[in-house]
Amino acid sequence: MRRWDRERIIPILLILPSVIAIAVFVYGFIGFTGFVSFTKWNKLLPDFSLAGLRNYQTLFANRRFQIDMRNMVVFTVLFLISCLAIGFLLAFLLDQRIKGENLFRSIYLFPMAVSFIVTGVAWRWLLNPGSAEMGSTGVNLLFDTVGLGFLKTGWFTDPKIGIKAVAIAAVWQMSGYVMAMYLAGLRGIPEELREAARVDGASEVQILWHVIVPLLRPITLGAIIVLGHIALKIYDLIVAMTGPGIGFSCDVPAYFMWDTTFQANRFAQGASIATILLVMVGVLIVPYLAYSLRKEAEV
Amino acid sequence: MFRRTLINLVVVLAMVLAMVGVVSAAPQAQAETTYTIKLGDTLWALAEKYLGSGTAWPAIMASTNQKNIEDATFAYIRNADLIHPGWKLLIPSAETAKAFMAAYSPTKPELLFGKRAKGQLVVASWWTAGGEAEGLTGLFNIYGSKYPDVQIVNATVAGGAGFVFRPVLKTRLIAGDPPDTFQLHAGLEVEGYDPETYLEPMDDIFASEGLEKVFPADLLTLLEYKGHYWGVPVNIHRSNVLWYDKSIFADAGLTPPTTWDEFWAVADALKAKGVVPFVMGTSGGWEAPHVFEDVLAGTCGAEKYSGLWTGAVQWTDGCVAQALENFKRMLTYVNTDHPALSWDGAGHYLVGKKGAMMIMGDWANGWFEAQGYTGYGWAPSPGSKGIFVALSDSFSLPKKAPNRDNAIAWVKVCGSKEGQEAFNPRKGSICARTDCDPKLFNEYLQSAMADWASDAIVPSPVHGAAAIESWVTDFKDAIVLFVTSGDVAGTQAMLQQACVEAGTCK
Repeated sequence: MRRWDRERIIPILLILPSVIAIAVFVYGFIGFTGFVSFTKWNKLLPDFSLAGLRNYQTLFANRRFQIDMRNMVVFTVLFLISCLAIGFLLAFLLDQRIKGENLFRSIYLFPMAVSFIVTGVAWRWLLNPGSAEMGSTGVNLLFDTVGLGFLKTGWFTDPKIGIKAVAIAAVWQMSGYVMAMYLAGLRGIPEELREAARVDGASEVQILWHVIVPLLRPITLGAIIVLGHIALKIYDLIVAMTGPGIGFSCDVPAYFMWDTTFQANRFAQGASIATILLVMVGVLIVPYLAYSLRKEAEV
Repeated sequence: MFRRTLINLVVVLAMVLAMVGVVSAAPQAQAETTYTIKLGDTLWALAEKYLGSGTAWPAIMASTNQKNIEDATFAYIRNADLIHPGWKLLIPSAETAKAFMAAYSPTKPELLFGKRAKGQLVVASWWTAGGEAEGLTGLFNIYGSKYPDVQIVNATVAGGAGFVFRPVLKTRLIAGDPPDTFQLHAGLEVEGYDPETYLEPMDDIFASEGLEKVFPADLLTLLEYKGHYWGVPVNIHRSNVLWYDKSIFADAGLTPPTTWDEFWAVADALKAKGVVPFVMGTSGGWEAPHVFEDVLAGTCGAEKYSGLWTGAVQWTDGCVAQALENFKRMLTYVNTDHPALSWDGAGHYLVGKKGAMMIMGDWANGWFEAQGYTGYGWAPSPGSKGIFVALSDSFSLPKKAPNRDNAIAWVKVCGSKEGQEAFNPRKGSICARTDCDPKLFNEYLQSAMADWASDAIVPSPVHGAAAIESWVTDFKDAIVLFVTSGDVAGTQAMLQQACVEAGTCK
C-alpha cells in the first residue's frame, strides 16, 4: 500500500501545477464567461444579477447577428470544401513524383507561414476593386490588362460577395497545409495495395476512388477539425482585410463580439456570443475527440 | 525503492530547472553594468547579449532612464529606436530585469521613464500622428514650462476615433489601474465609463477656472451628465461640413448646394459631366453613420434633431423617414468602391478632380492641406445652415489617479486660453472657448469660429457627444444595414427601438 502511494503521488504532484493552472485559466474562465452570459452585465460596471436567457433572446433577434451567423456558415463551408479540394488536388499532383517536387511543396506551403493579418492586408489591396472613375486596382486591373475585363467584380465591396471574397484569401493561405497533410497520407499508402488493385483489373480512377480516398479518411477528418475551428474563430483576417463590410456582408460573430463588448459595453451579450462560438466549436471537436479516443482504446 | 524514486525526482527537477533557466533567458547571473553605446548597437541586441533575450530591452531603457534622474551622465532614452553612440546606459542585473519585465506591459509605457521625486503625469490619448500629436506636444510644452519637475508620460494607443484605445482604457479602469488623465469625447460617451464609479466630477475646476463663462451655453449643456461635469473640453470639431472641389464647380457653373433640392440638381449636373457627384469611404464602419447624422440634422432642423437625442422627439417622427429617404437618394450618387475606402481614401477623388463633394468632419481640412490640395471649398452640409453639429475632445480625472494633483494641473492647462491656443491651430480644430485669437487660425477655421459663436450647437452621436455608447452602436448598426437594404420603414423602427433600449424614448 505504501509503495502504491509513493509511486502514484509523486507524478500526481508533478503534474498538479499545470492541472491547476489550466483548471483556473482555461476552464475557470470558460465557466466565468458562461456565467456572465446569463447576467445583466451590460454596462462597464459589473452587474452579476441573473437575467436568464435574455441575452441570448436579444442576440438571436438581432439582425446583425443573424447576418453574422449566415456569413459564418457560408465562410466555413466554402473554406472547408475549397481547402480540401485544392489541397487534395495539389497533393495528388505532387505525388506523381514530378521534378522539383521540393520546390513546389515549399511554394504551396509558404502562405501558411504568414499571419492572417499579413494575408488580410495583401488581399485587401488585391481585391480592392477600384472604380470606373479612378481606374481599376489589384485583381481587377489584372483582368483589364489581359483583356478579361468582363470578369471584374466589386469583390468584398459587393454585398452579394462579401464574405466569399474573404474566403478566397483564407483558402489561399490554408490549402497548402491541407496539401502537406494529404501528401503525408498518400506517401503512407503502401504501393502493394495499388498493385493489388491493378492486378484485380481496377482502373486508375477506380483505385483513386476505392482505394486511396477511403484510406485518407482519417486525414480528411483531421483537416476538417483543424480548418473548421479556424473558420469558426476567424477574426484577424476580417479586421485586416475588410472590417464588417457593407451592410455587414463581411461581418462574423467574433467581430460582433468585440464590438458589442468593448464599444457598446454589453459585456453579458459579448459573453453570450463567446459561449455560442464555444458550443459550435465543441460540436465540431467533440465527435473527433470521441473518435480518436476510441481508436486509441482499440490499439 | 523510495530512494530511487527520490533520485529520479531530483533528476527531473534539475531538468525542469535547467529548462526554466533557458526559457527565462538568463544564461549567467548577470550583474548590473554600465555600457557605452557603440555604432550599430540596438537596445534589442544589447538585451539579447546581456539579459539573454531581445524582448527584455524595456528593462534597459527603464533602468537607464531611472538612473538619469540622479546622474545626468547617463542617457535619457525618449524613444527606444533612437539611441546614439556615446550614450551611457545602465544594464540591470538579470534579476532586476526579470522583475521589471514581469511588471511591465506595452499598455504601461510610463514604467519606462523612471519615477521622479516630483511625480509623473500619465496622459492617455489616441493622438499618435500628424497634427493631433503636434497639438498634444504643444500642450505638453506649456505644461512642462509651468511644472518643469513633472515627468509627462505620453501614453497613446493608436486607432481612429479611439476604437482600440477605449477597450484598453476600460480594462485598466475596471482593474483599478487608471492613467492620471485620459481623452474622452465630450458628451454622453462618458456614460460608458460609469463616471460615478470611476471618475471624479470637475465642477470645482470649472468654477475656479471660470470655465462656465468662456464656453457657450449649448456646450455646457452637452457636457453635463447626472448634474456634473466630467471632463474639460480642449477643442471643437464640426461634423456637418460639405467639402467640394472649387474648379469642378466653377467649370460646371455650379454653386455649392444649400438645400436638398439644390443638392439633387447639382448632383445630376455633375453626374452628366462624368464626375462622381458625392464621394464616401465607408470601410471603417462609422463614416456612413457620420454622413447620416448630418443628413438628419439637415432634414429635421436643429430643434427636432436635438430632441431626438433627448427624448423630446420620437424617432417615429416623419422627419426621420424623410432623412432616410434623402440619404438613400444620396447613395445613388456615390462612388462604387466606397466600402473599400476610408474617408481619406475617398478624399483622393476630390484631390484628383474625379469626385466633387464629400461630407466629413473638419479634420478633413488638415488632411487636404497635408496633401498640398488647395482647390477645396466648404459649406454647411445640405439643409444645415445655421446648425453646428459639434464634437469635442476632453480630458477627465479618473478616481485613484496615481498623480492626482498633477492631473488637476493638466486639465486646468487644457481649459486655459493659452493651452487651447497652443493645441487647436496645430490639431486643425477650433477652441472650445469663445475668446481665442482668430489670427492664429487658417481661413476655414476662422469661418468655423464665427459659426461656433453664432450657430445653434447640436451634438454628434457618432463621435460620442449625443448619446450613450450602446445607443451609438445600435444607431451605427442600423445605418450600416440601411446602406444595403434601403428599407426606410424597417430602419426607422430599428432607430426608435435603439432609443427605447437606451432608456430615452418610451
